[in-house]
Amino acid sequence: MIEQLVVEGLAIGACYGLFGIAVAIIYKTSEVVNFAQGEMGMVATFVAFHILTVYHVPFWLAFVLTLLFAAALGALIQTCFLRPAKDPTVLGLIIITLGAEMLLMGLAGWKWGAEQKDFPFILSVQKTREIAPGLELNEWSMGVFVLSAVIMLILFLFFRYSRLGIAMRATQQNVNAAKVMGIKVERVFAITWAMSSVIGAVAAMFFAARSVLDPNFMMEPFMRAFAAAVLGGLTSIPGVVAGGLIMGIVENVFGYRWPEWKPIVAFVVIVLILTLKPSGLFAKHFVKKV
Amino acid sequence: MLSVKNIETWYDLIRALHGISFEIKEGAIVALLGSNGAGKSTTLKTIMRLLDDDQPEKGTIEFMGRRIDRLDTEEIVRMGISYVPEGREVFPELTVMENILMGAYTRRDRKGVQEDIETVFGHFPILKQRAGQQAGHLSGGEQQMLAIGRALMSRPKLLMLDEPSLGLSPLLTREIFSIIRDINERGVTILLVEQNVNMALKYSTFAYLMENGRIVRADKPEVLREDEDVKEFYLGVATEQSVKGYKRYRRKVRFR
Repeated sequence: MIEQLVVEGLAIGACYGLFGIAVAIIYKTSEVVNFAQGEMGMVATFVAFHILTVYHVPFWLAFVLTLLFAAALGALIQTCFLRPAKDPTVLGLIIITLGAEMLLMGLAGWKWGAEQKDFPFILSVQKTREIAPGLELNEWSMGVFVLSAVIMLILFLFFRYSRLGIAMRATQQNVNAAKVMGIKVERVFAITWAMSSVIGAVAAMFFAARSVLDPNFMMEPFMRAFAAAVLGGLTSIPGVVAGGLIMGIVENVFGYRWPEWKPIVAFVVIVLILTLKPSGLFAKHFVKKV
Repeated sequence: MLSVKNIETWYDLIRALHGISFEIKEGAIVALLGSNGAGKSTTLKTIMRLLDDDQPEKGTIEFMGRRIDRLDTEEIVRMGISYVPEGREVFPELTVMENILMGAYTRRDRKGVQEDIETVFGHFPILKQRAGQQAGHLSGGEQQMLAIGRALMSRPKLLMLDEPSLGLSPLLTREIFSIIRDINERGVTILLVEQNVNMALKYSTFAYLMENGRIVRADKPEVLREDEDVKEFYLGVATEQSVKGYKRYRRKVRFR
């Protein structure tokens, strides 16, 4: 029984981790916590829903189109909302993302309505397969494991070996020095937002498949994924994933024992982490040498 | 090669540069000297366009006959000006090699980049040994070498260095300066900002002296070295004796 709980916890945790990566990528580049992240994912999921139900295209095509839309949306929000900010402070930019969140939520409510819908996801939560004696795994979980592993591998290779990836890390560490290297930092920020938005959209579609689709459905997953990201330390991508997995297990096991308390576990964790080890469990930080 | 005419730079309501003009000839090592707050670093940052977008308020900057005072930093780098910021500013969590590669960000020719990496390692052999290490773990002197090496990777025509001797031992300072001279001999023009006036006068071919956001002297280093004011206020050589034989109250600077 406990194995089953852990495996399911790991699956939902991987999904938190994936969404946490999306938050962490933006946080790493600009120290801005993007509160619109959830709603960006929500709008992208609605676009997928729209493509699927109105145009009846195959799921994979809709998936790819949605990711393209998500990339454009991320870059658009960065260029239209954050870039024009004059003398931006981190706090000011965070408030701007809050504004963007409300805007997106209103937009989705206006276009698709507030009633709940079923998101026709290709991987079902019901269909399970026995992977070991007494241990069952549903299609959805397998999908999450595979996709999050693939995305992490791609991110690792991208940040390690590609010119743009290294330039993104350089921009994170020192914006002015990056400018002096001839890096177009504004473009780097836009690309960061696009990447983050794409990853967030993938995670959001998985979340939608588990619950229902309405303009508010990403609120709770966002808060939990954010808690998971803080748990792992917002600056390290493996840390965020580890934080997500831990969060998933804790929540699932705890929630099985005391179901009525399940929704607040994430927030207890966030409070505990912020009081005991605010930099997160796995964060590493470089103190500037003078 | 670079000609700065009458530029004024403001930090909000404070005027940091009161309209300065100077010129840099190709192949020279030009030093910009002065004490704290004279506006030396501001001058370099103004040229690189690292300050607010509307700076400089007045004046023009021309590089190779083209105005650059309203271009983006990134375009200025592409035109062939490279800048080593004060306090080194390497990317601490990138490896030494990645730092060097970032210096070549504007370039596309892989082969040329490889050659230039070898040239940089030729100037600074220690960086080759440390190629895989995180730059944040290097010593101050090594970080300065890395910052200079990184700046060379864009194949600049003009290299601007902001206080390369900051926080280095006299021995390392001498080493850095002799490497700067080597780089100059390979055809890179150099603009140097320094507080270490003695060193800078030794290695430069022309020097400007700044005070309170103005250029107050412009001459060859041999001439400046013999100047009474420079001697007293920057080189600490002349101490005036009064009739009675003890040091007189500190003389005021006459520059205006």
